[in-house]
Amino acid sequence: MSSERLKILTANADIPGIETFEVYRKHGGYTAVEKAVKTMTPDAVVEEVKKSGVRGRGGAGFPMGMKWSFLAKPEGVPRYLVCNGDESEPGTFKDHWLMKTIPHLLIEGMIVSSFALGANTSYIYVRGELMYVVKILEKAIAEAKAAGFLGKNILGSGYDLELYVQPGGGAYICGEETALLESLEGKRGNPRNKPPFPAVKGLYQCPTVVNNVESISTTPWIVNNGGEAYAAVGIGRSTGTKLISASGHLKKPGVYEIPLGITVNEFIYSDEWCGGIRDGHHLKAVVAGGSSVPILPAALLLKTANGEDRLMTYESLADGGFATGTMLGSGGFIAMDETSCIVRNTWNFSRFYHHESCGQCSPCREGTGWMEKVLHRIEHGHGSMHDIDLLVDVSKKIEGNTICPLGDAAAWPVASAIRHFRDEFEWHIKFPQEATRPGAVYRGHMELA
Amino acid sequence: MITEKPRIQFTPERLERAREILTHYPEGKQKSALLPLLHLIQEQEGWTSPEAMDYIADFLGIKPIEVYEVATFYTMYHLEPVGKHVIEYCRTGPCMIMGGEEVYAHLKKKIGADDGETSPDNLFTIKPVECLAACGWGPCFQIREKYYTHLTIEKVDEIIDELKK
Ligand SMILES: Cc1cc2nc3c(=O)[nH]c(=O)nc-3n(C[C@H](O)[C@H](O)[C@H](O)COP(=O)(O)O)c2cc1C
Ligand code: SF4
Ligand code: FES
Repeated sequence: MSSERLKILTANADIPGIETFEVYRKHGGYTAVEKAVKTMTPDAVVEEVKKSGVRGRGGAGFPMGMKWSFLAKPEGVPRYLVCNGDESEPGTFKDHWLMKTIPHLLIEGMIVSSFALGANTSYIYVRGELMYVVKILEKAIAEAKAAGFLGKNILGSGYDLELYVQPGGGAYICGEETALLESLEGKRGNPRNKPPFPAVKGLYQCPTVVNNVESISTTPWIVNNGGEAYAAVGIGRSTGTKLISASGHLKKPGVYEIPLGITVNEFIYSDEWCGGIRDGHHLKAVVAGGSSVPILPAALLLKTANGEDRLMTYESLADGGFATGTMLGSGGFIAMDETSCIVRNTWNFSRFYHHESCGQCSPCREGTGWMEKVLHRIEHGHGSMHDIDLLVDVSKKIEGNTICPLGDAAAWPVASAIRHFRDEFEWHIKFPQEATRPGAVYRGHMELA
Repeated sequence: MITEKPRIQFTPERLERAREILTHYPEGKQKSALLPLLHLIQEQEGWTSPEAMDYIADFLGIKPIEVYEVATFYTMYHLEPVGKHVIEYCRTGPCMIMGGEEVYAHLKKKIGADDGETSPDNLFTIKPVECLAACGWGPCFQIREKYYTHLTIEKVDEIIDELKK
């Protein structure tokens, strides 16, 4: 790893013992809390976060400072900050890695962010499967509290904060922020109708901000170095660094902190990052931002339809819209080489969304079931040409017609797989015997990289 | 009057932990403790039985139905008895393209149980689950709180043989 790269979140990740308060503190940890509560007003912290241009790292990319400025502040009503550590989007494992590796970074971020928002009780909601991480965070909280960084009258500033970790129970939908709040209230994770938005009526019907683990973890650096310094990294509206969860057929899968704006080509092939595709194989397709975003064939991933180098930014990955582009999403970068079957993977994702639909809206509940069934049929050699159009039709009927974006998230992978890999679907239908042989993969006209 | 001791109750240490969890929420919002308390009782009992759910309802002063509807919504609560070790393996795309299909097929054969089943010796229950947020370290499974990553057929053999001891 080259050392000149600015690391905002992971600079100290390799230091032995960094998960302990003592070592974290020795390497400059908690200075942002000191600076914020002793020398800044809450509004001044919000202002720095606004200037940083940092965008929500949970998937939607909404500017964090702007979200914070929407928080309602009625007199005498508590406000809450809830951190979204549900991380269940297939392909995404950066929050898991960050929380277990440098737990104090998130705790420090929660303190400065809660201070900025005027919250006196805050929660970190962590998916229940990560119970060992819940324990790591609870230990870190206890250490921070013992050192006076949490609890009553933090560092003598008069500011009080209690921080708790809440485990989920196993449900992808609880990553959706209003489902998460329902779950935190001890209910089923059914997304709420919006408006009202959480900024007005969130946890216990009080004004609430929900932010992703990685988003919150940027705030100590922003407080220490200023929003402008953060905004100086990256390109255009894609400021700062981003954690990318790289999985699939890469030489070096893992979690990487990249400055936004490097080329996709560099990210995949440079030894500094993924080191290329595993030996003897070639890149076929990538899902660049978690299972919900459109899949792209290698050629369109590396270069936009206009022939420009594709960059790791919100804008460049989305260039061309859904016709030829995709989204940065949560940064779940799933690389597939020529041994991967697109139909099988699309069926797998459809099964996932059907399984995870909360069932409140009929287009999502029924539509995801239909898509799974039809894809299963095609993958197992019983499909018809009409099925391909049926899939496109069902995906269109789900899109935009549901309470929460899970419906869209289920529709996009299917629609994009058909858009870019229609030949492969047709091959399964025309040559079922060949296509259902174990390990069989379409080797038709396909540009590999 | 005969006061019957409930058939299920928290051990003293867990009772203390449960009481501490209740303090995490504002007055009157103790229902928020439901998910953590269900984890706690399942950790103790091995599964989330109807008696366990009734006990938690009683503990929180809510209706039993409020517990049932939550316990059935989330996938982590085992509503049937399970073997000593519950192996929850990730069946989602990224783990599958990394060789998950072969590895999990081997796992099931080795244990002698299919999805949702418990092995004849009652040692293992196999549950397929969705993405465990470990995609770059797949294929993977988890047993209770422990993650087992970068699985291969050889590694599965080692893990299972060790657990059988
Ligand atoms: C179905 C669904 C699942 C989601 N899962 C997550 C998740 O696991 N983690 C996360 O941070 N955001 C997730 N989100 C996005 C959240 O709703 C929310 O936008 C985010 O937590 C806001 O934080 P941010 O602005 O810091 O990104 C999900 C959204 C949807 C619709
Ligand atoms: S879109 Fe799907 S997951 Fe979202 S609320 Fe509707 S049914 Fe539930
Ligand atoms: S796909 Fe298996 S852990 Fe994410």
